[in-house]
Amino acid sequence: MATTTTDRIERQIQLRQPRSRVWRALTDFKEFNAWFGVELEGPFKAGGRVKGRITHKGYEHMTMDIVVERIEPEHAFAWRWHPGAKAPGESFESEPMTLVVFTLEDAPGGTLLKVVETGFDAIPIARRAKALKENEGGWTGQMKAIEAYLARAAG
Amino acid sequence: MTGKQARVPDAASLFAALGDPTRMDLVARLSSGGPQSIARLTRGSPITRQAVTKHLTVLADAGLVRSERHGRERHWELAPAALDVARRYLDHVSRQWDTRLSALAQHLDTSDARSPRRGSRKRSRRGR
Repeated sequence: MATTTTDRIERQIQLRQPRSRVWRALTDFKEFNAWFGVELEGPFKAGGRVKGRITHKGYEHMTMDIVVERIEPEHAFAWRWHPGAKAPGESFESEPMTLVVFTLEDAPGGTLLKVVETGFDAIPIARRAKALKENEGGWTGQMKAIEAYLARAAG
Repeated sequence: MTGKQARVPDAASLFAALGDPTRMDLVARLSSGGPQSIARLTRGSPITRQAVTKHLTVLADAGLVRSERHGRERHWELAPAALDVARRYLDHVSRQWDTRLSALAQHLDTSDARSPRRGSRKRSRRGR
């Protein structure tokens, strides 16, 4: 939990439904659209690309564009995409994509759903700074972060 | 603090800046010893003040260090803006995932309430 990394994020949620139900909400594209806030145009297929307009307020100018990496029924669902919000007309096409992996596990009273997104170290830092700019102004020194980085670079 | 905002560095200059042993050493010295003058940074080192100044300028351009004038001396200190940006960007992405995952939980709760289905688990209770 305490590992310092700038490359990945991990999130999880305990759901009250069984794995079969969670799996359907995750991989049936119509159900996915409903909670994710997007209008994907077709179903998910391993190796396939799916696109659709974001329906989230304030992000309507954006298109979600993913490449499905793998579908392991009721166990794992993975795709690649370009994370973060774009300004109108902006494109990240030339940049590397991050990998998003959902995994499902039985848990008492339902399902434990985990999402892991990796590959952020390949996203240009200038772009990351830009994505933050709308929310927060300026930055302050983080001695711990550089120490961890130096320890990693030296080791 | 100088009050001046650190420039947003790009990844290429960041890695180029750190990919030199002298500059790595300077960053390590500043990391352990806090803000220092050029004189102190060059003490015990075969490198000239001019060379150190050049290296510090490269690091400053990458957003890793900054300087502040103290009387006739200039003090250099770490400004790990780039790493801070990376870390805070991940926090930002994490928050977006938290929002989406709670949207999923809500979707599951409300759609099941609307059209109840049998789950895969066995039910022991019989309808009356």
